[in-house]
Amino acid sequence: MKGFWPVFRKELYGMFMSPIFYVVAFFFLLVSGVFFNYILAQVSLVSFQVAQHPELGRDISMMELFLRSFLWNLSIIMLFITPLLTMRLYAEERKSGTIELLFTYPVTDAGALAGKFAACLTTFAVLLAATLPGVIAVTLVAAPPWKLVVCGYAGVLLMGCAFLSLGTFASTLTRNQIISAIITFSVLLVLWFIGEMKTTVSPAMGSFFEYISVSKHFEGLAKGLIDSRDILYYIVFSVFFLFLTLRQMSSYRWRG
Amino acid sequence: MIEAEGLTKFYGSISAINNVSFRIEKGEVVGFLGPNGAGKSTTIRILTCYMPPSSGTARVEGLDVIENSLQIRQKIGYMPETVPLYNDLTVSRFLRFAAGSKGVEAKRMNTEISRVISACGLEKNANRIIRNLSKGFRQRVGLAQALLNDPAVLILDEPTIGLDPSQIIEIRRLIQDLREERTILLSTHILPEVSQLCQRVIIINKGEIVATDSPTNLTSQLQKTVKIVLEVSGPSQEFAQAIENMAGIQKVSVVNNGTSKFVIETDPSMDMRSQIAATAVQKGCGLLELRTMQLSLEDIFMQLVTEEPSEEGAES
Repeated sequence: MKGFWPVFRKELYGMFMSPIFYVVAFFFLLVSGVFFNYILAQVSLVSFQVAQHPELGRDISMMELFLRSFLWNLSIIMLFITPLLTMRLYAEERKSGTIELLFTYPVTDAGALAGKFAACLTTFAVLLAATLPGVIAVTLVAAPPWKLVVCGYAGVLLMGCAFLSLGTFASTLTRNQIISAIITFSVLLVLWFIGEMKTTVSPAMGSFFEYISVSKHFEGLAKGLIDSRDILYYIVFSVFFLFLTLRQMSSYRWRG
Repeated sequence: MIEAEGLTKFYGSISAINNVSFRIEKGEVVGFLGPNGAGKSTTIRILTCYMPPSSGTARVEGLDVIENSLQIRQKIGYMPETVPLYNDLTVSRFLRFAAGSKGVEAKRMNTEISRVISACGLEKNANRIIRNLSKGFRQRVGLAQALLNDPAVLILDEPTIGLDPSQIIEIRRLIQDLREERTILLSTHILPEVSQLCQRVIIINKGEIVATDSPTNLTSQLQKTVKIVLEVSGPSQEFAQAIENMAGIQKVSVVNNGTSKFVIETDPSMDMRSQIAATAVQKGCGLLELRTMQLSLEDIFMQLVTEEPSEEGAES
C-alpha cells in the first residue's frame, strides 16, 4: 500500500480544486433538496389523510415512509453523480501523461488505487453528509427512527462504494473522461433495472438477474433491515471492480 | 550504474527497440541520441520501470527492473519527455505529492521541497497553479520533481526542448552542477548539448544502438578525410586545377557555383595546408581564408543515422 497517503491527499486536493466537484455538488444538493421538499409534502398529505381515516394507516410510520422514499431518491441521483466523480481518476492521468509520473514514482499500483478510491469515497461521503441536516431537521418534529437513518445512510454509502468502484474501473478503459462517465452510467443503469426484467426471462435467469441487480439489494437496507447478503453483495461488487482496475493497470504497463 | 542487456520491446507486432545493450558507469554523464521514433523514449521507459521489456534485462544500481521495480524507482529521478504535470495543483502542492510518493519523511519534507525549488529557480512561482506556468517554468518543475529525494540516477528525456536560449544555458548549468556522484542519462536531439555535457554518447537508430563512445573518439573514427575550407581572390579556376592535381588531395569542390570558395578533402595522414598556401601564392591568388573543418557531432550523427540507403528511418 506504499503511496496511499500522498495519492489520497493529492486526489482530494485535486478534487476540491476542480470545477467538476462544485458543479456536481451544486446539482446534487439542488436535486436532492427538491426531492426532499416534494417527498415531505407528499408524506404530510398522506399523514393528513391518515389522520382523517385512521383505519387506513394503522401500520404506517410517516417518518419511515418519508425516509425510505428519500433514500430511494438519493440512490437514483447517485446513478448520475458517481460517474462524474470517478471519470477523471485514471482517464485524466492517461490523457495528460501524468500516469508516467505515477508509474515511475516508488508507489505500488494498489497503493495508488487505494488512495484514489478513498479520495473519491470521501468526496462522496461529504456530499452525502450534506443531505443530513435536512433529515435531522425532520427528526426534530417527529420521533426519529434512528436505526433506519443509520442503516439507510450506511446502505447508500455501501451502494455508492460499489458505484464508485465500477466508475474507477471504467476510467481505466479510456483516455476520455466523457466516455468513461457514459460507460459507468450505462452499466449502472442496466444493473439497476435488471431486477425488473425477471418476468421476461426464465425463472432461473430471473433470480440471477435479481441477484446481480444493485437496486434489489438496497430494498432491505432502505427498510432498516440488515442482511449480511446485501452487505456482502456490495463489498464483493466493489472488490471485484477494484481488482479488475488493478489488472487493467498492469495490462496497461505491459502494453506500454 | 545502468546496465541494459538485449532489451527488446514490441508494441503489438512492431518492435520499437531491438536487442539494445549498453552500460553506464556510476558518476557518468551519458547522452542518448537518436532521431525521432528511434526508440529513445522506449528504452528510457524500460529503465524507469514505466513498462517492462518484452525480452532482455535491465539493471539500475544492480537491481532488476522487473523484480526490484519499487527499489529502483526509489533511486531514480525521471523527467519524462513531454513533462506531464498535474495542472490543477500549485507548484509546491505538486512537489509535496511527489516528495511524499518518493518516501521523503514529513520532517524533511519542507527543507527538501525548498531545496529543489531554489535549485530550479522556482521561488517566485511556488504558489502558482501549474496550468498557468510558461513552458520554461513547467520544464523546471519537471526537473525539480526529478531532483526530489536526491536520486542516485537521473534520467532526463529531452530536458531543454522548447526553452529559450538563456533558459537552456541555465538548465545545462544546473545539470552540470548535478553531475557529481550521480549517474545521468540525458536524451536529446540537440547535439552541442551533448558535446558540452556528456562524457559519452549512445546513438540509437531504428531501435538499435549504432555507436557508443566519447564525442572525440567518434569524431576521429569516422573522419575519413580532413576537410579544408579555402577562399581565394584572383584566378581561382587555374588555382583549383593546380590543387586537384596535387598528391594527397582527394576532392575539390566549389562552395556555391561561381564563388571562389572551395572545400578541399585531403588525406588525414598528412597536413596539406602549407602546400596549398604555397600553390595559391604561386598562381598569383590572394589567400582570404584557410582553415580545417572539424567533423561536428551533427556530421557523425547524420553519417550514422543515414547510413542505410533507404530513408524510412528518417521520418519524424
